[in-house]
Amino acid sequence: MDLQRLEEIELRLLLDGVFEAYGYDFRNYAEASLKRRLRHWLAEQGYASLSIAQGEILRDRAVFTSFLQGLTVNVSEMFRDPKFFRTLREHVLPFLRTWPFMRIWVAGCAGGEEAYSLAIVLHEGGVLRRCRIYATDINEAILDRARDGIFALRDMQNFTRNYQLAGGTTEFADYYTARYDRALMLPALRENILFTPHNLAVDADFGEMHLILCRNVLIYFNPTLKERALGLFDTALTAGGFLCLGMKETLEIRSIAANYREIAKGIRIYRKDYPD
Amino acid sequence: MQQLTRSVVVIGVSAGGFEALKLLLGALPADFPLPILIVQHLRSGSGSLADSLQHFCGIRLKEADEGDRIVPGIVYFAPPDYHLLVERDGTLALSVDPPVRYARPSVDVLFESAAESFGAGVIGVILTGANDDGSKGLQLIKTAGGTTIVQDPADAEVAQMPLNALNSGVADYVLPLARIAERLCTLTMGLK
Ligand SMILES: C[S@@+](CC[C@H](N)C(=O)[O-])C[C@H]1O[C@@H](n2cnc3c(N)ncnc32)[C@H](O)[C@@H]1O
Repeated sequence: MDLQRLEEIELRLLLDGVFEAYGYDFRNYAEASLKRRLRHWLAEQGYASLSIAQGEILRDRAVFTSFLQGLTVNVSEMFRDPKFFRTLREHVLPFLRTWPFMRIWVAGCAGGEEAYSLAIVLHEGGVLRRCRIYATDINEAILDRARDGIFALRDMQNFTRNYQLAGGTTEFADYYTARYDRALMLPALRENILFTPHNLAVDADFGEMHLILCRNVLIYFNPTLKERALGLFDTALTAGGFLCLGMKETLEIRSIAANYREIAKGIRIYRKDYPD
Repeated sequence: MQQLTRSVVVIGVSAGGFEALKLLLGALPADFPLPILIVQHLRSGSGSLADSLQHFCGIRLKEADEGDRIVPGIVYFAPPDYHLLVERDGTLALSVDPPVRYARPSVDVLFESAAESFGAGVIGVILTGANDDGSKGLQLIKTAGGTTIVQDPADAEVAQMPLNALNSGVADYVLPLARIAERLCTLTMGLK
């Protein structure tokens, strides 16, 4: 049997096993990226094949945890795509202000970069105290890091530039304290953020939301899983609420699209219609 | 349903790429029989290469969107700051995985996924550039039974990338830029 066919079988068996043993469902992730990351993880850990790794992944939780770290892509930045945050500030905030209380969901929040950026925008817009931000991710280790709110000092230069391009109204340095090579985000920023595990592939939605950000997560899903995640968002989002995707993710070809309007072309911020 | 393409041309290019692509893509017929996927290293924040090159080309250029089903006669560019991959079902995927040796998009990432998804149906091309991105990917294409073309380093605006690709020892053709379009056409003749 040729090697490629064999690897497909191994992959299917492993992902089935992982789902049954741990409840993490990677079966509907986009294949090319998933395989690439798996190959890297295998090589890094010194396993000759998926079959050999499988036994250890299933029997040893520590190996599974390492596998999970290997599979998920936790790369993020603060104010990634400054244009997006600028549009949020200028065109979404005025609507948010009209609600007495806002519930916000940042799905796939990685190390919290996006949630802290959002908290800063809301703070500068004078509404942070009226918001509850649910920042969720599948990867619990990365959520621990997000809760700490500690970032590498060397990244601050880039984050500062992004913040300025995003229309920040003060100094980015006001939002963190530097110590050695670390930057600690102002604790007040996370008072309204709840970092908590949630898996878009298996868990249910969570209640009424006014704003949902899920950026650069759906690109890792196949169409079936994309539909599932968007279904969760659609159920959770209140009429008149906003759904924000990554700059290269579109709603147009998905089944919920009919009830949404993009509010600024190419920025991927969609507003849910009021029922008529 | 669109017919599934089982063959694809993938091109990797870096420094000196604009001029090189202008010449190469400008020389391809609008009805070139395969889809073409391109990774060009760009500074992030630069505009769309597809837009600025279209003017010089008969063949249609576009920036890749995730989920695009690749079709013959269209050239897809990796968007700045995203890796471009191709799935086995002939759709395009993007990722924000970390840069691979400073590059995102990375030529190696595209070539690896093409080799894996399309095997012997891949034609890999390395053009001018100042690093060694693409060398590993070109080897994978060769191993999977694909065809490999490297721009003659003497002819390249920046020789490094073609040189590194040549050193990997897997080039089927080493050609000056002016002859690569013609070679692509002969290699794909009768593929309609
Ligand atoms: C590339 S990061 C995006 C971070 C941030 N949203 C941004 O745009 O910068 C993707 C995140 O999605 C998370 N993720 C992957 N699969 C998930 C799932 N099924 N449910 C929830 N989060 C998931 C990963 O752990 C990772 O932190």
